[in-house]
Amino acid sequence: MSEVKKFLYVNRKAPYGTIYALESLEVVLIGAAFDQDVSLAFLDDGVFQLTRNQNTETIGVKNFSPTFRALGDYDVTKLYVERESLAERGLSESDLQEITYEDEDDDWAEKPSIRIVSRAEMADIMADQDVVLSF
Amino acid sequence: MAYQINGHAVEHDEEGYITTLADWSKELAEAIAETENINMTDEHWAVVNFLRDYYEEYQIAPAVRVLIKAIKKEMGPEKGNNKYMYELFPYGPAKQACKIAGLPKPTGCV
Repeated sequence: MSEVKKFLYVNRKAPYGTIYALESLEVVLIGAAFDQDVSLAFLDDGVFQLTRNQNTETIGVKNFSPTFRALGDYDVTKLYVERESLAERGLSESDLQEITYEDEDDDWAEKPSIRIVSRAEMADIMADQDVVLSF
Repeated sequence: MAYQINGHAVEHDEEGYITTLADWSKELAEAIAETENINMTDEHWAVVNFLRDYYEEYQIAPAVRVLIKAIKKEMGPEKGNNKYMYELFPYGPAKQACKIAGLPKPTGCV
């Protein structure tokens, strides 16, 4: 096995209206097969992707928000959400759906995947990556 | 292209995946399995039902690796392994079992 690289998928757009959010998630799921260190970042309108109780019935597209809860099964367990982006949109952590993963090394204990970070922390997270993919 | 079930047609794509997920029924599953040369046993149904539940909850068909890990957790290591899965579904558990379960082709299935 070659060395593990750190991949960060940056999500900046609202979930519907463009295809970016769904495509990003699909790439994450496909890429997860390659045993890399994968994390996701949500900032700007991207924070809307994780809001709870999404309902797409009247816009005629699939509500793919439940798929974020499957990420733990794919060993994707770090979802960084920028606090300032939430606040600028009148959102808080309680507006986001609960996403957890089961820690295989800790007797399958359920742990939260979403980590709220400040803008400055987000910059550090980005600087720490080998590969940053922007959607 | 379509499967014939009790006198009515259920549309499918060129690979045999049904086009409208709501068209699925147990009879249809049996019919699709027949075209795949699979005789549905309780063991086959356990995997198909698991896939349907997974799709219902997460809106995706899981990758093989994820499927096997989850089956291992629910039904034990003697079932949650590649060999057992490929004995049940020789042309690939995700591909064949998803088709029988009436789900889209799994994301990342190449």
